[in-house]
Amino acid sequence: MDTELILRVYPFFLQAAWVTVQLSVLTAILGLVCGALGAAARLSRLRLFRAIGATYVSVIRGTPALIQIFILYFGGPQIGIQLDSFAAGTIALGVNIGAYMTETIRGAIQSVDRGQTEAARTLGMSRWETMRKVVLPQAARMMIRPLGVNINALIKGTALVAPISVVELTYTAQRFIGSTYKPFEMFLLSGVLYMIIIYVVGQGINWLDRRARIA
Amino acid sequence: MTDQAFVTIKNAAKSYGSLEVLKDINLTVSRGQIVAIIGPSGSGKSTLLRAINELDPLSSGEVWLEDVQVNKKLPHRQYEAHVNHVRQNIGMVFQHFNLFPHLTVRGNITLAPRMLKGLSEAEADRLAEEQLAKVGLSEKIDEYPSRLSGGQKQRVAIARALAMKPKVMLFDEATSALDPELVEEVNLVMKQLAEEHMTMIIVTHEMDFAASVCDRVLFMDQGVVVEEGPPSVIFQNPAHERTRNFLRKHLSR
Repeated sequence: MDTELILRVYPFFLQAAWVTVQLSVLTAILGLVCGALGAAARLSRLRLFRAIGATYVSVIRGTPALIQIFILYFGGPQIGIQLDSFAAGTIALGVNIGAYMTETIRGAIQSVDRGQTEAARTLGMSRWETMRKVVLPQAARMMIRPLGVNINALIKGTALVAPISVVELTYTAQRFIGSTYKPFEMFLLSGVLYMIIIYVVGQGINWLDRRARIA
Repeated sequence: MTDQAFVTIKNAAKSYGSLEVLKDINLTVSRGQIVAIIGPSGSGKSTLLRAINELDPLSSGEVWLEDVQVNKKLPHRQYEAHVNHVRQNIGMVFQHFNLFPHLTVRGNITLAPRMLKGLSEAEADRLAEEQLAKVGLSEKIDEYPSRLSGGQKQRVAIARALAMKPKVMLFDEATSALDPELVEEVNLVMKQLAEEHMTMIIVTHEMDFAASVCDRVLFMDQGVVVEEGPPSVIFQNPAHERTRNFLRKHLSR
């Protein structure tokens, strides 16, 4: 293993890791927004919204994320959507993980015992008051772990924007392989950095989960 | 106590597809009256009770609380506002307590009064203390439900319902999920409510309790009220074969 090479190039990888982190954070935020909206749609009283939610989930989960990224980045300009690669990558990944988060959030909400809703409604609370004060606080605790799983997948999924030249960890590794012919070192370096990011995020999720259990 | 109709159910019917669970039921409960509904499981007694506060709306028929029709047909938004309002007057206690596990006993009791009646924190606290004293659990005010026994949970659930100052209380097998030794503490609270002339409709499997506390007993089977009358008549001298059969099975247990 060429440690000298690693020491020479690692600053570029740190920069790339920072891009991966930014990509992950923005994707997670967008994903949570899409997930919350998707779950609201899937649980709506109105059939139209339920259909929209179900279509969103099945279309996104039924196609490769890479194709979704390509459609937005390469196909977008054809229908008047011009985005730079970072923006296209973030949006495509966010919408993608949002479909999985839709199911996570919906599942957590539906796992709250029906008796909870009945008790609140019986006291005279409205649907929304019941959701906000009784169901969501209980569902929120239950969704921390599965959302953590989604976020873990999302971080690894950011590698999929390498083909559209976002200068993140995977792309950077590939670029340096082109000039150094040392794929082992380059991929190892990016792999270690992914692991560190995932480890830190995982610890954060564990901390949140423990806190929610105590409260 | 007056003879004035307080809760009225007229021609209540309910079906799920072709399955009729309630067939043309009529019931009038006057202020301060305590009515027990007994019958085998699947007889429709819980469904009838849950129709009174629109948890399980009727397919046809009417439910009235005093001069307000509970199950008024209204456009969705108005209907929601209407039921949210009338439900404040109808307390309900469930078999499985349904306390809110993320809130303390205080939070359970004060959530709805604070939200719906705009009580201040101090007023709500006073209300919680008052209602808990009534069910004998003052010292549990800051506990979470997971730290309570089943009987204590049910007493808190009763306090929570009472905190809305309902005009009538519905009990849906309130003691069925309790260990036998915990039943009595809940029964005592219900007896105490009876002495305060709370109007109550009680779905129960406990014949002794029904006999000792209720003014009237309804025996239901297969979605109809087979017979009704004072407990002395229903329990000692029922007119119908079906009632006799049910009681025989139930008392021999």
